[in-house]
Amino acid sequence: MGRPSESDSGAAPYDFGGEWVPSQLEIARRAARKSRNIRNSIIAVVSSIVVIGGLALIAVTSPGWKSLSDTFFAWAYGVEVLPKIILGFGTNVTLTLIASTCVAILGLSIALVRTSRSPALAPFRILATLYVDIFRGIPMLLVILLVGFGIPALRIQGLTNNVLILGTIAVIITYTAYVAEVIRSGILTIHPSQRAAARSLGLSHFQSLRYVVLPQAFRRVTPPLLNDLVALIKDTGLVSILGVTDAVRAAQIASSRSFNYTPYVMAAIIFLLVTIPLTRFTDRTLRRSIERQNATGVA
Amino acid sequence: MSQPVLEVKQLRKSYGSEVVLEDISFSVPVHTATVFIGSSGSGKSTLLRCINLLDQIDDGSIVLDGEDITAVDADVDKVRRKLGIVFQSFNLFPHMKVIDNITLAPMKVQGISKEAARENAYKLLDRFGLHDKAENYPDRLSGGQQQRVAIIRSIAVAPRLLLLDEITSALDPVLVNEVLSTVRDLKIEGMTMVLATHEMGFAKQVADEVCFLHHGKILEWGSPAQILEAPAQAETKEFLKRVHEAGRL
Repeated sequence: MGRPSESDSGAAPYDFGGEWVPSQLEIARRAARKSRNIRNSIIAVVSSIVVIGGLALIAVTSPGWKSLSDTFFAWAYGVEVLPKIILGFGTNVTLTLIASTCVAILGLSIALVRTSRSPALAPFRILATLYVDIFRGIPMLLVILLVGFGIPALRIQGLTNNVLILGTIAVIITYTAYVAEVIRSGILTIHPSQRAAARSLGLSHFQSLRYVVLPQAFRRVTPPLLNDLVALIKDTGLVSILGVTDAVRAAQIASSRSFNYTPYVMAAIIFLLVTIPLTRFTDRTLRRSIERQNATGVA
Repeated sequence: MSQPVLEVKQLRKSYGSEVVLEDISFSVPVHTATVFIGSSGSGKSTLLRCINLLDQIDDGSIVLDGEDITAVDADVDKVRRKLGIVFQSFNLFPHMKVIDNITLAPMKVQGISKEAARENAYKLLDRFGLHDKAENYPDRLSGGQQQRVAIIRSIAVAPRLLLLDEITSALDPVLVNEVLSTVRDLKIEGMTMVLATHEMGFAKQVADEVCFLHHGKILEWGSPAQILEAPAQAETKEFLKRVHEAGRL
């Protein structure tokens, strides 16, 4: 209570210190709101229990449940093969780290080439457009097969036959095409008046890009780029087709040895442990970026 | 008399078949302000963008400090270093703090050290009563404050000529005054300026010469008193009458 008492406030003509007391109407409104919230929560909980519990009950009581759980959820066997799968997942992680770094650099370069107007870059612009058109349009599995089996078939001296390296290259080729387009669209959404302001201050074309356009563009495309990163982590599993022992391949080996599919489920859980937090993070980044853009009110 | 800072000779500009500016000639002596008035679409903004080489001209020439900046071999980046422009929509960089908005060009274009650039920026912010906004992002500032920062940003590179393109058009009436008084201060300090504006009272105060632009041509020019109080042309009279009716005089 920091307020002066009646006695020492003396001859103050106004009392601004009075505490606000909600009106009867406001109290009634709050009570109504509270009871409505409680009712809503009860409905949500009860309906969730009924629907999810019902589905679980149907599954568990179905005639095939026993064989299903034996085949997919043999936890003891799952734990036994888990170390091998985790070891394989290390390959996925490494591949993701290397690929995402290369994709970021190459994707940015291609986006810059495609948005430039310099006549000297004209041939590169054509090539970049062609590249993006082709590799966005081919299923990644095909690119992996073409690179992984096709390049060694050329028997060129000095070229690697290492399937891990070839698989990584295939992933990079495909994702660069996607990421280049995301970055390019980000660059194009920055209003021309920003570039005009930068140029009118005497900044060169390159300086305008570096200090004004790209920083703003990257903020806008961070959420879709994170989205692509989640997709990239999953898609590294596709290189298992070349015989790379990643998490998927390790699960496949363990499963074919026992005719039990629990290793696949284990591999799926490991992927989820990484992708779900990343997806949540992406959602939060997206929400923040929308809030910031609304606050700024810049076109 | 010394040579003018800016000399525009028979400038012509068109977008396709539509002629936006025709036979525009005028000169701006040092320490003076030339104000362009005229209704929207009369070509005021285009003229300023042409002077700053943001738009290409179709004919004529623009001479800055005795140097033809529309010559075949003119260095665009070098020319722009001598010119400042303030836009109707502020165009501050939203991802940079106020202080970084101001120091970017001095550091990257003029090669001034970070410390010197910041010191100079703080001096300018002090002078225009914005010292406490230095570390804020532009979206935390009122429109008037943003526009004053934009003005500071453009004069931080010490331009020979400042172009002001309807800088109060996007502001609510209460904020207009703080921006205009900033420009008045610059005028007193001797900044050479070319302005496009709808604020006739302001034009009267800062202008040394007023040009009335009508359908892309300079229809009439002279001292503020002459053009704003005793115009000779019927179109000028009509324009001023409409401005007066809108309560802007």
